[in-house]
Amino acid sequence: MFNFLHGYGPSLLEGAFITVTLSVVSLLIATILGLITATMKLSKVRSLEIIGGIYTTVIRGIPDLVMMLLIFFGGQVLVNRVVQELGYDGYIDINPFIAGSMTIGLIYGAYLAETFRGAFLAVPVGQAEAAKACGMDSWTIFSRIMFPQMTRHALPSFGNNWLVLVKSTALVSVIGLEDVVRMSDLAGGSTHKPFNFWVACALIYLAITSVSNFIQSRLEDRYNVGHREEGR
Amino acid sequence: MSFSIIFDNWKLFLEGFVVTIQLVPLALFFGFFMALPLSVMRASSNPFLKWPTYSFTYFFRGTPLLVQVYLFYYGLAQFSIVKETILWSFFKDAYKVGLLSFSLNTAAYTTEIFRGAIERLPLGQIEAAKACGMGPLTRLRRIILPIALRKSIPSYGNEVIFMLHGSSICSLITIIDITGAARIVNSRYYGPVEAFFTAGVIYLCLTFCIVGIFKQLEKKFLSHIRR
Repeated sequence: MFNFLHGYGPSLLEGAFITVTLSVVSLLIATILGLITATMKLSKVRSLEIIGGIYTTVIRGIPDLVMMLLIFFGGQVLVNRVVQELGYDGYIDINPFIAGSMTIGLIYGAYLAETFRGAFLAVPVGQAEAAKACGMDSWTIFSRIMFPQMTRHALPSFGNNWLVLVKSTALVSVIGLEDVVRMSDLAGGSTHKPFNFWVACALIYLAITSVSNFIQSRLEDRYNVGHREEGR
Repeated sequence: MSFSIIFDNWKLFLEGFVVTIQLVPLALFFGFFMALPLSVMRASSNPFLKWPTYSFTYFFRGTPLLVQVYLFYYGLAQFSIVKETILWSFFKDAYKVGLLSFSLNTAAYTTEIFRGAIERLPLGQIEAAKACGMGPLTRLRRIILPIALRKSIPSYGNEVIFMLHGSSICSLITIIDITGAARIVNSRYYGPVEAFFTAGVIYLCLTFCIVGIFKQLEKKFLSHIRR
């Protein structure tokens, strides 16, 4: 195994660590954005609905690579222009980790918004009404009645989005972040054995996917207790 | 910010646009026709048919498209059997390698979409077909595939959009598609906002077209089960 990787195994693992960290940070950003957007789209306020609608439609219509290049390179230009206006002479570099996690969070926030909205609508209205009739305030209704029941409906789509998100992080190698793709590229170049490293890189992603699938099916089992047939 | 660099380079964007709208339908075409037999194999109960197709879809759905493209384009060049034989005329051409990896990728996703539709087919339909005396091939051709393909239209529409967006990756192996044109304009004039914004708008318009086409297809083929 170590001969196959010519001693580059540890640096691939470092790259894999960055991939996983970036994915988790992006997922957090996406979840927060998704919840906010879902709330906006479900609210009865017309302007909020429209803003939420535009966000989810536009983001889902643009390739993630283009989004990433726009935010990383374009953001760099815009930030420096603003800073110059404010009278600062130096040049500010955007950190690729921050740009990457923000881009991926922004993109998957749009997808998760739909997941959360769908899950919220899947819980019968009577549940929230009954809770209200029992005198619960809106936070208690959300945290004790809606959220536990939403989870069951949201989990399959949430899990799928996570898997797509992880694969999407491969693109941060383009903006210079040393994730597992970039590390494989570098190692393949210096050993002249690119095939070995691209296979290793693919296997690392497969490992992440497999572990995620396992955790997802465990969680689904847990939240589907009492709904065996439906939640198949 | 000046969009004049875009107007001065409209030809480059047009060329990129043509590459994208060639590459994506071609990949979808090959992927679709690979997925038809693969999904039937994947849905069968014979382990010799089921497991190979499962490994295929597991690999292509479990790894990023970018890594697949790099594996085929840079990885395979490591072997003399690729580099010193007739195969090299295929694998040195970024466009062909891009098309190959995109086709295999979309074939894997499409296989799983069709497989899901085949497995969710109401059992009664197949039993009725058997009762009418149809053989396995006739059942497949006249009952299973027509119903499964119709039911797959909405998810296949999503897959088409994913392929369009995924195709932007080919700009990383020297192909000049829409994203590639934007990257060239950016590197020449250093106008990232203008260049990538324009590319984004073009993709957005293409996405809307695809959504519109699939709305029409759903209307035509799924009106009988529309709620």
